[in-house]
Amino acid sequence: MSLGPGFGWHRYPALIAGAAVTLVLVTLAAVSLAWTPYPVTELVIARRLQGPSAAHWLGTDQFGRDVLSMLMAGSRNSIAVGFVAVGIGLTLGVALGMLAAARRGLIDEAVMRLGDFTFAFPAVLSAIMITAIAGPGAINAIIAIGIFNIPVFARLARGAALQVWSRDFILAARAAGKSTFRITLEHVLPNVAGLLVVQATIQFALAILAEASLAYLGLGTQPPNPSWGKMLNEAQTFMSRAPLLAVFPGLAIAVAVLGINLLGDGLRDLIDPKLRRARA
Amino acid sequence: MIQFCLRRLATLCVTLIAASAVVFVVMEVLPGDPAVVMLGTEAQPETLAALRKQLGLDRPAPERYVTWLAGFVTGDLGLSQTYRVPVSELIADRLAITGPLALAAIVLSTAIALPLGLFAAARHRRLGDAGVMAFGQLGLAVPNFWFGLLLVLVFSISLGWLPAGGFPGWQGGIGPAMRALILPAVALALPQAAILARVARSAILDAMAEDYVRTARAKGLTRRAALWRHVLRNAMIPIVTIMGLQFSFLLAGAIIIENVFYLPGLGRLVFQAISQRDLIVVKDIVVLLAGTVVFINFVVDLLYAVLDPRLRSFRT
Amino acid sequence: MTLLAVEGLTISLPTPGGPLRVVRDASFALERRQTLGIVGESGSGKSMTALAIIGLLPAGATAAGRVMLDGEDLLMASEERLCALRGNRIAMIFQEPMTSLNPVHRVGDQVAEGLILHRGLDRAAALAEAARLLDRVGIAQAGARLRAYPHELSGGQRQRVMIALALACRPDLLIADEPTSALDVTVQAQIIELLRGLIDDFGMALLLISHDLAVVGEIADRVMVMYAGAVAEEGPTAALYAVRAHPYTQGLFGALPDRLARKGRRLAAIPGTVPLANELPPGCPFHGRCPKAAPICRETPPPWASHAADHRARCYFPGAAR
Ligand SMILES: Nc1ncnc2c1ncn2[C@@H]1O[C@H](COP(=O)(O)OP(=O)(O)OP(=O)(O)O)[C@@H](O)[C@H]1O
Ligand SMILES: [Mg+2]
Repeated sequence: MSLGPGFGWHRYPALIAGAAVTLVLVTLAAVSLAWTPYPVTELVIARRLQGPSAAHWLGTDQFGRDVLSMLMAGSRNSIAVGFVAVGIGLTLGVALGMLAAARRGLIDEAVMRLGDFTFAFPAVLSAIMITAIAGPGAINAIIAIGIFNIPVFARLARGAALQVWSRDFILAARAAGKSTFRITLEHVLPNVAGLLVVQATIQFALAILAEASLAYLGLGTQPPNPSWGKMLNEAQTFMSRAPLLAVFPGLAIAVAVLGINLLGDGLRDLIDPKLRRARA
Repeated sequence: MIQFCLRRLATLCVTLIAASAVVFVVMEVLPGDPAVVMLGTEAQPETLAALRKQLGLDRPAPERYVTWLAGFVTGDLGLSQTYRVPVSELIADRLAITGPLALAAIVLSTAIALPLGLFAAARHRRLGDAGVMAFGQLGLAVPNFWFGLLLVLVFSISLGWLPAGGFPGWQGGIGPAMRALILPAVALALPQAAILARVARSAILDAMAEDYVRTARAKGLTRRAALWRHVLRNAMIPIVTIMGLQFSFLLAGAIIIENVFYLPGLGRLVFQAISQRDLIVVKDIVVLLAGTVVFINFVVDLLYAVLDPRLRSFRT
Repeated sequence: MTLLAVEGLTISLPTPGGPLRVVRDASFALERRQTLGIVGESGSGKSMTALAIIGLLPAGATAAGRVMLDGEDLLMASEERLCALRGNRIAMIFQEPMTSLNPVHRVGDQVAEGLILHRGLDRAAALAEAARLLDRVGIAQAGARLRAYPHELSGGQRQRVMIALALACRPDLLIADEPTSALDVTVQAQIIELLRGLIDDFGMALLLISHDLAVVGEIADRVMVMYAGAVAEEGPTAALYAVRAHPYTQGLFGALPDRLARKGRRLAAIPGTVPLANELPPGCPFHGRCPKAAPICRETPPPWASHAADHRARCYFPGAAR
């Protein structure tokens, strides 16, 4: 795959749209670290529940906080959740999957059954259980989502790695006396990396959705840390007075998830043009 | 076929026992004594001990686990610490809302998704197809609870057609109760339908490209007849897989949606139980929901075998 | 009247780079109870020609020219009319027996389906007829096998079922597109033997597409050689095999004619590859690989040269091999 001058960007509209949205999201999150139009902790009751205006582009909430500033700060939260949850799933899941593929036998069976078992608990249900035990909070929500990601990556990595293990060049590497660990690191992992990146993108989007759900239920990020799901929860009370409060955070979630999903689809097309033609 | 069923049933039981064991152990290591939760910290030691005995908390953990597990068969799931009523009664009450809600959502989403998928496949590479694909992307991106809020904004607050939440109860007549479930069911069903329609579309397209469809056409079947007799049955195999997977999302979604619409169903119950640390209720509901998911997967496996004869003759 | 007369058939397939002419100006005829063999390298347009006759070209493909079945132009026929003819008067057997049967239906029902559709039989009568057909194509215990699913049969058995399915309504024309390529050599011979017996019994005309020159030589009355979407040579089997007027035909047979006698003889390797339809050179499409190529071959497509009244080749320098 060369990205030379002949690379036809126009053939990958999903990739471009997705990358653009993701870039905006990350930029907003980065900017919000240093600057937001208004401080997100600033409560000004005098200007509560205002509609959009020149001063407050997206209006203010029930405490007079600037919605745009809150959304910017909330993007930080979503991205952080996505990274940590997917990170947990990716590192542990891929390690398990690689081990299962390299060793086969009992370990393989155990990893697969563990996956079956985890699938019995829907992510939100297991998150509810974990927060029931450990109390609500962003960290617990992230761990719950991350745990659910482990079997997803374990299965994917195992399946893809098994295919790589059956190829000729692995035999050559083995004949050269390389250890299983080195072969995994040098040959198997690079060959499945593309697939994993695509799946990680999709899981990232799912993690944002799951965290938003938990935060909406009051089980995720706790105040005063802004989070999109939490904002929707609070907006519900004031929905007849300030309907837009219940619109913007949801829009932010939907656009972010849509963008990241498109990026994932686009990456898959890029990595596997055959698949793209088959689906088109 | 019978052998196939039995094998699947055995796996089902093992998974259920493992799941319940995990839940039991997790709840066991939790700090907090249910008796103290019920009576408060100022209770007399004698009263506490009496209650513990009554609740069976004085017996060893393995024994309590087995008793608890047996409760799922006998229907005796213990006493809720906050409501002071048998958990089975609580669950039965709440199930009268969650059950119909989930069922309505499944029926609605299937009824929307399958025709839509068929439509898109028939309009492959044309505008209608692109529309369904875009609808599918939206379904993946829009969180169902926000969609629920939007429905409330439009149909309750602006138009005033349907209630924004709450549940009048079945005893007040079917009509008002059903009205209360319309928006929640739609909020739950539509995002799922969008995803399922995409899956249905590609499953039908894949099946349409198979050689046996060409054989059917060479026999003289019209395009439409080939679609009905040869494509759909084969396309149902991946569709049923996704529907089984979606069921667990649907259960999770129901928990959230019940909170959006203030419906006193299982989801709201488990949620309240968590905040009140009514752990017996949490434990029972979690296992019940996990059991439902596992059971649905079992049903999906059986459906596979019905749809695909290749699986039926599979022996080990 | 001639059963099948194809005149000036030209097929274009839609591709991202514009329509691709994969068959150009193909003309041939097939009489009742006769067998026409079509040979040629992969990608020469054999399957597309067959699909055009039965009206099942891929979506978006267009066919120009005429395909006359008993004087009726099938390219002009309505889809409804084609559905009435397909499986009834024209039937087709495909290359892949493994995937050409529907895995979720019993083979009996799949054979019976055409009978119910075209003959108006009820299911019981159609199944009884299906059992007779399965018996005729050499499936043991045909009555019991009706209830089998395709995956319970071997490749050879499945191809027998495909043949039974195609023959169900006693078509006038059977098209067999490489019916044995996916099978073991021994099974191949059995299937060819079966086909040969069936065309005699049923009085069908057979359009046989094959890579196997030996098979075509045994069973075909006439042979047509296709190259890069065009007919290169056409004539009676014996004459064509003996003369090999077109250099491409000579290439197909290889240098040593006696090797032809060997069973399972495949097309010989000719140096170079078939030019793609969108980069056809001017002149004769074969000139780049032709040992006899002269300057004129690069400029103007050669006309038909008749070797005998019914044997012709499209070459400036037709002649016997060697
Ligand atoms: N669906 C399609 N879209 C575009 N081009 C196609 C399609 N199917 C076939 N072709 C092209 O059409 C040409 C003729 O194909 P055809 O299948 O008729 O060849 P063939 O002679 O049957 O070859 P084979 O011996 O491999 O079956 C080939 O160049 C092929 O690449
Ligand atoms: Mg072919």
